[in-house]
Amino acid sequence: MSPTRRSVLKGIASAATLAASGVPKAFAAPRRRKTPPADAVGLLYDATRCIGCQACVVKCKEANGMPPDTGTPRGPMYDAPDDLNAKTKNIIKLYKGEDGRTSFMKAQCMHCVDPACASVCMISALYKGPRGIVVYDPGKCVGCRYCQTACPFNMPKYEWRTAFPKIVKCEMCRHLVEKGGIPACVAACPREAVIFGGLETLRADAKGRLAREPKRYFPKVYGDTDGGGTQVLYLSAAGIPFGKLGLPDLGDEPLPELTESLQHAVYQGFIAPVALYAILGFAVYRSFRSQHPRKGGEK
Amino acid sequence: MGPGEGRRTGFGTWEARGVSRREFLRTCAIAAAAVGLPGWTVGEIAEAAAAGGRPPVIWLHFQECTGCSETLLRASHPAVSDLILDLVSLDYHETLFAAAGRQAEEALQAAVRKNAGKFVCVIEGSIPRAEVGAYCRVGGRTAVEIAKEIGGKAGAVIAIGSCASWGGIPSADPNPTGAVGVSGILEGKTVVCLPGCPPNPYNFLGTVLQYATFGTLPALDSLGRPAFAYARTIHEDCPRRPHFDAGRFVERFGDEGHRHGYCLYKTGCKGPRTHAPCSLQHFGEVVGAWPVGIGHPCFGCTEQSLAFRVPLHTTVEIDRPTPPDNYPPIHADHGGVSVAAVGVAGLTVGALIGAGAMAAKKLGASKGEGKGENDKEAT
Repeated sequence: MSPTRRSVLKGIASAATLAASGVPKAFAAPRRRKTPPADAVGLLYDATRCIGCQACVVKCKEANGMPPDTGTPRGPMYDAPDDLNAKTKNIIKLYKGEDGRTSFMKAQCMHCVDPACASVCMISALYKGPRGIVVYDPGKCVGCRYCQTACPFNMPKYEWRTAFPKIVKCEMCRHLVEKGGIPACVAACPREAVIFGGLETLRADAKGRLAREPKRYFPKVYGDTDGGGTQVLYLSAAGIPFGKLGLPDLGDEPLPELTESLQHAVYQGFIAPVALYAILGFAVYRSFRSQHPRKGGEK
Repeated sequence: MGPGEGRRTGFGTWEARGVSRREFLRTCAIAAAAVGLPGWTVGEIAEAAAAGGRPPVIWLHFQECTGCSETLLRASHPAVSDLILDLVSLDYHETLFAAAGRQAEEALQAAVRKNAGKFVCVIEGSIPRAEVGAYCRVGGRTAVEIAKEIGGKAGAVIAIGSCASWGGIPSADPNPTGAVGVSGILEGKTVVCLPGCPPNPYNFLGTVLQYATFGTLPALDSLGRPAFAYARTIHEDCPRRPHFDAGRFVERFGDEGHRHGYCLYKTGCKGPRTHAPCSLQHFGEVVGAWPVGIGHPCFGCTEQSLAFRVPLHTTVEIDRPTPPDNYPPIHADHGGVSVAAVGVAGLTVGALIGAGAMAAKKLGASKGEGKGENDKEAT
């Protein structure tokens, strides 16, 4: 039996009623600004204290069982990664200014308060774990690499050279932190250039340093509010803004606030997809009818 | 020594003491190398020293431990202690003097009169200024008075050791005697500072021999230290530097890293801020005989800002004007796509589009035929 015009219209109407009813209304609520958990932990990296010894790079690899990276474009030196990659979760970079000033920079996952990677991850392989650490579950990951595209800091890396590739990123040595330890990079640092602790303690510490030695520092704690706040905070030397160290100017709003608002507006109440498929269905029906005219009179 | 056969006679006195000509020249060569003088000067230095033109040296002691004098005597190579004293004419030295009391004072005055304006005044020890200099008196006169008088008449003034250079231990907080270095007393006069606790004897010998041979003083840095010895930090030439660069540190004394000779930075090594030649010119002549060589962190004895001021195991900031170029840049260049790769990819995509178009055309044609047959059947 072919569908009547009446039955098609009835279907559309019932779908629209369902969409407009209470169930999808949760999506329609405005997205609330996320805050770190009370027991959130973080890192504070003070570029003015870093001596560039790269002990943290070595110890990070040891603690996380990462292989050495010898195949860099800068020549086959011993373990010398040129950037974060599938074998490197933490790296010390060097900024060289045109005025001859230099600064070291430690790069690893920023552990955003509202991470874009977790926002785009379709099956929550990346999510905010205990104590605010952005955790990766390789068992769930499908390898879509949305997180790579979404991360404003370009932190998640992909195992391009393995048969079953995974995402590689710093998880703040959660296997050590869970047992009451501290991340390997912090334990290795001879200058306490990077320290580990409660997020609020670190924030107060960073602001205290700015207040005590205003001539030493660039007057800002990066990560305090940037991109909705990160659990890794940065201090830079006076005259070297964070942009020079590769930390983008993101504003104070978390990226998912914009993207999720857009996405959720489009899909709000499931109206748009229902309407789209309704129109398509109607077009198909019209087309089908025009080729197979109703032969009601013969019956 | 072909051209100067006659010079041989000059070595007679040393040969009589069992010092061979080879040993003598060797010491002169080490001293020349220490000051950064070219090889051809070795002959001139040896000649000047052997010909009796030895620089007269008057050596004064103030607030010190005599460790600096001891370094000159404790050189390990046989007869070198003799040579150090014989390359210079040590006219007055309180601790090495046989004379005492009035006799010694007269010798001092006689030496100053005889060589006024020519002699080298070496001062060992800091000079107290508190309570009108009452904390250090020799022969009834304060150190300030003696230093001003003798130093003022000298051809060159050398402050040997950290105490004489900038105050040393006596000037450590709370500095009860108001101790200062020689340059704090002899204002306006060039004072060659040879800080170190104790300083390497070759730095002293080289400076004195340059003055004796050429009448000049070595180039000095802003703190009055000869650039030939104090221009670079210990860290720059440290034999343990590769461990620092690779992030391998001694965590505590006696641990595995310590036994393997790892970098001592974390145990408070002051090498990165200490300007001294220790890592290249080991102490005396004993290879490995310097703090880092025996597994102890450098404590920054040549630096006024460090020694006796910064705690022994406190780490310091790195004094490094230019980091090496082997760090990754902030934005690493991961390479672009080559022209050849673009060409191959373009050809592949073109071929696929072409094949697709042809397939669609043929499919359309066969469908058209099929439709025609169906129409025939229907009719």
